[in-house]
Parts: sequence; C-alpha cells; structure tokens
Amino acid sequence: MSTTLTELPPDPILERRQEIQKRAAQTIGRRTLLSKIFLTFLVGAFILALVPLGSVLLALLQKGLSSISWAFLHTLPTQPSLVAQNAIGGIGNAIEGSLIIDAIAGLIAIPIAVLLGLYLSESLSRAANFLRAIIEIMTGLPSILLGVFAYEYVVVRLKSFSGLAAIVALAVLMVPVIAKASELAFRGVPATLREAGLALGARSSRVSRGVILPAAMPGVITGVLLSLARAMGETAPLLLVIGASNTWNWNPLHQMAALPLMTYNYSGSQYPSQRAAAWGVALTLVVMVMILSLGSRLVAARMRRERH
Amino acid sequence: MRTTETDPQGTPSEVAERIRLSATSDRPYQFLLRGTALFFGAVIILFVWSVVSTAWPSIHTYSYHILTGRSWVSGTGPYGALPLITDTVLTTLIALLIAVPVGLASALALLYLIPRKFRATGTALIELLAAAPSVVYGLWGLWYLIPWLTKTLQPFLAGLTGSSWPFSGPHEGFSVLLAGLVLSIMILPTIVAISRDVIAVVPADLIEGGLSLGATRSQVLLKVVLPSARTGIFGAIALGAGRALGETIAVAMVIGSNPQIPHSLFSTGATLASTIATEFGNATGSAGSALAALALILMIITASVNAGARVLTKRARASV
Repeated sequence: MSTTLTELPPDPILERRQEIQKRAAQTIGRRTLLSKIFLTFLVGAFILALVPLGSVLLALLQKGLSSISWAFLHTLPTQPSLVAQNAIGGIGNAIEGSLIIDAIAGLIAIPIAVLLGLYLSESLSRAANFLRAIIEIMTGLPSILLGVFAYEYVVVRLKSFSGLAAIVALAVLMVPVIAKASELAFRGVPATLREAGLALGARSSRVSRGVILPAAMPGVITGVLLSLARAMGETAPLLLVIGASNTWNWNPLHQMAALPLMTYNYSGSQYPSQRAAAWGVALTLVVMVMILSLGSRLVAARMRRERH
Repeated sequence: MRTTETDPQGTPSEVAERIRLSATSDRPYQFLLRGTALFFGAVIILFVWSVVSTAWPSIHTYSYHILTGRSWVSGTGPYGALPLITDTVLTTLIALLIAVPVGLASALALLYLIPRKFRATGTALIELLAAAPSVVYGLWGLWYLIPWLTKTLQPFLAGLTGSSWPFSGPHEGFSVLLAGLVLSIMILPTIVAISRDVIAVVPADLIEGGLSLGATRSQVLLKVVLPSARTGIFGAIALGAGRALGETIAVAMVIGSNPQIPHSLFSTGATLASTIATEFGNATGSAGSALAALALILMIITASVNAGARVLTKRARASV
C-alpha cells in the first residue's frame, strides 16, 4: 500500500483536506450535541401540536357527554327563560335539519361533480385546464362567500330564509372537492383498461360507466364522504341563509335548524345552561362528521389494500 | 407517475387524446360532459357576479375609500375596510408565525424522527385535527383559551414589554391575539400535510450524500432537506394562509367583533369574514352592499393566495 501511495502524485489539496477533516473531528462532539437538541426540539414541537387536539377532544367528551342524553337527541329545543333557565330541551330538529341539508346537497352535487371529474380527466383542451384551475382555487375559497351567493339567488328571490338556500350553498361548496377527487381517481385507472373497453367496441359512455367508474369507485367515494363531512360542519354559509326553526321541519323551502349553527348560537347565549349545552351539540356534530371522515379513511385504506 | 412504460407513439396524454377523438361517435356522452362543465362554469360566473353586483352600489358610493377608509361603522356607514383588512392580515400573520415552525417541525418529525410504528397514528391524529368543524375550535377557544389567556398568557406577555406595545391594554381574552392562536391550530394540519408530502419526495440520494459527508442529522434536515423542498413548503404556507384569511366562524366567536385598527395585540378586532358573518343578519340596503364589498375583497385576496399556492405546489411537484 505505502509503495503505491508514494508513486501517486502529491494530493494538491492535501492540506485543505486535512484541515477540513481536523475541523470536522474537532466539532463532531458539538455538532452531535446541537443535532440532538434540535431533533428533540422538532419532536417536542410535534407533541406540542397534539396538545390542542387532546384538549379539544377531552373538552368535547367531558362537557359534551354530560349534556347529552337520549331525550336531548330526539326532542325539540325550548327557549329558556329567567324562571326556567335550564329548560333548553333537545336538538332533534337540528340533527334532522343537518342530515336533510347534507343529504340533498350531496344528491345534487355528486352527479354534477362526477361528470365534471370525467370531463376533466378525459379532456385536454384549454377550457378544461382553465376549469380545473378555477375549481382548485374554489376549494380554497372561504365558505361564507357561498353564503352571500345563496342569499342573493335563493333568499332574495324566494323572499325567505330557507333550508334550500343552505343546500344550494353547500352543493356548490361540495362540487369542486368531489370533482377534484374523482378526477384523480379516474386518472388513476390504467389507460389499458379504457383501451380494452374501446377495442371491444364499447362506446365511451359505456366504457366510463362499465369500466372507469367501477375501477375508480373507491377514490370517488372517498371524495364524496370527505366533502359530506366538510359540508356537515360548515357554519358560515348557514348563518347567512338558513334562518332559524324550533320545530321539526321536513320542507327545505322553509327555515331550518342545523347542528353547527345551533352550536354557534348556543355558545353566545345569555343562559349558562345553553352555553354548556353548546358542547353537547358540538359533540353530536363531531360524531356525525367523524363517522363520515372515518368512513372515507376506511374506503381509502381498503382501496390501497386492493391495489397491492 | 403511473405510466412508466414509454410509448413509441407519443406521450400517454397524446394517446389519450387520440382515443378521445376516435370515440367522438359517442356524441350524447360528449354533450353530457361538456354540458356539465358549461353548467358548472355558469354557476361559478353567477357566484362571482352575485358578489360583484351586490357590492357595486357601495363601491360606486365610496370608490376606493371602501378599501382605504379607516372607519367602519356597521349599519349606518361610513364603510372603510382598512381596519378589517388590517385585522385579517394581522391574525393570519400571528397564525403563520406559530403554525409554520410547529408545522414544519411536525412534518419533519413525522417523516424522519418519531418511531416508525407511531407515524401512521401521528398522521391520523393531525388529520383528525383537520376534520373537526371550525365552530368547535371557536367554542374551545371561548371556554379554554380565554381563561388561559387572561390568567396566564396575557400577564406573561405584558410582563415582557412592561405592558407597552404590542402587549398593552386590558386582559380580556377576546382579542386579535386569541383569533391568531385559534387560527394557528386550525391551519396547522394543512401546513403539516402539504409540507410532509413535498418533503417526502426529497431524493434519498441527497440525504445520504449529506450524511456521508459527515453532516449531522440536523444539518442534513436544515441544509439539505428543507432547502430542496422549499418551493413546495412555500406552497403549503400559502395554502395555510389562504385558510386563515377566510376562516369565519371560529374568528367571529373569539375576536370580539369590534371593527377597529388594533393598537395592540390585546385589542379586540374584526376580520373581513367575521364581519360579514356577524353583521349580515341585520344588514339591509347599503349596509348589505358594503358587506358584499367585503366579500369581494375577501374573494380577491383568497383567490390570489390560493392561485399562488397552486402554482408553487405544482412547480414543486414538477421539479421532482
């Protein structure tokens, strides 16, 4: 070894190399220590990020469970008064209102959004690219803007607050989310499947319906459930257009009650009993939202399992 | 991503285009798809138009003063949105100041640091944070953060500056600071999720190269990983900012609904979105139009920020 080394030309940057190695060796202790401190800080920040989550969950369970009972879930709210401050009644009509609004908004949004997803995944035209950009930007717009929209076109025209206006706002809110998710799902279907369908002589509508849609179904369902979950928790548009209702109301043309809005209204109530009950309403809402988003996680997990 | 096999007859998208053209015999189907696209395009135009047309009378009355006016008096006017814009930007900055470092640290921790078996759980927990409706954060802020602020945080911060700017004023809880805190928690999942995705695609070669040169793990994270993911990280920050700028209910519940230019972080305030939410119910005529003008300002700001975020995240994805 030493003989071959001496035959090599002298290292031109030997001194610099040795200097660097010496410095690295000298500082390794300090650098490792700093690194450990920094990494601990990173993990600490992550744990810190989970503190609010823990606090919110704990608060929901602690304060929410204590105000929830079977009667609370299926009876109508009552207006407390100074003499009967604890007479707050239940939240049955708000659960009903939230379910009806979310379901109808979903029924309107899903077909439009899935067709839109098909259009975006199949077309390469400039119009499609532009629409895709607009739709992506729409997913980030504040939901209250859609409240203004629904107010102008539904509340003003019908001359009344209504569940329908909330449905319109939420449906427009849901379409971009579902369209984006289903476009991704449709693009994920291997081109060979589509080609095989077309080669068999099927029309492209038949291929979309019989091949692409079934293959992309898990992705579409994930998008649908996520957008339903998101719409269920929306408060801002409802605040502008839905009005208020203290009774069961199955007709969306009238004013309705909804869980997120009830949480908001109760949280600012002058009666401590109602302020405390806001946690019960919030817990009910969170459970309903979680069922939808856990459902979407399950579908996504199943999809991953099937793909591999 | 999925199409690894090279096609001698063109890129996959070109082939797809040819297939699409060859399938034009299916006219009704094409009409249906294009019709849907046109329909939703029309809905978007109506949506923008509804805000612009309602806002128009007040823009006509106040011209640019609606943007620069320093006074917003609900119900009667004058309507100047400067205090609301200031509060919107200020609460967003506070939120970013907290959520960006914590979010980036969490993303790095989730990807590289915490034990492998906890990573999926950690990600799920952060996603859980994103799933909760914003009204719940508002409620939590009212019940838990306000007592903490008045008893602990505000006295502590006031002690730092001797009760002078930016921590002057009474310790009421309801404040621009509280709104910023609540927002920081609400945008954290966005920042963690997006930056985790863009950091995850930093090539392993770069990381291994750094380590083999003798850099410590923190040096690699700070000098290799973060710089190479920076475009995408800026995209993540912009998305988080977009969410904070437009958040309505949680802010309306904790900021104190007082449209003024804040003289300290402990001042009450009102953002563009929170003002629309709290005043819309009582607004008629010119007051309604002024609120629609706020909606228009908010729409322009959030659409620009989101468009910027989209460009950044797209560029980050393309550069990999």
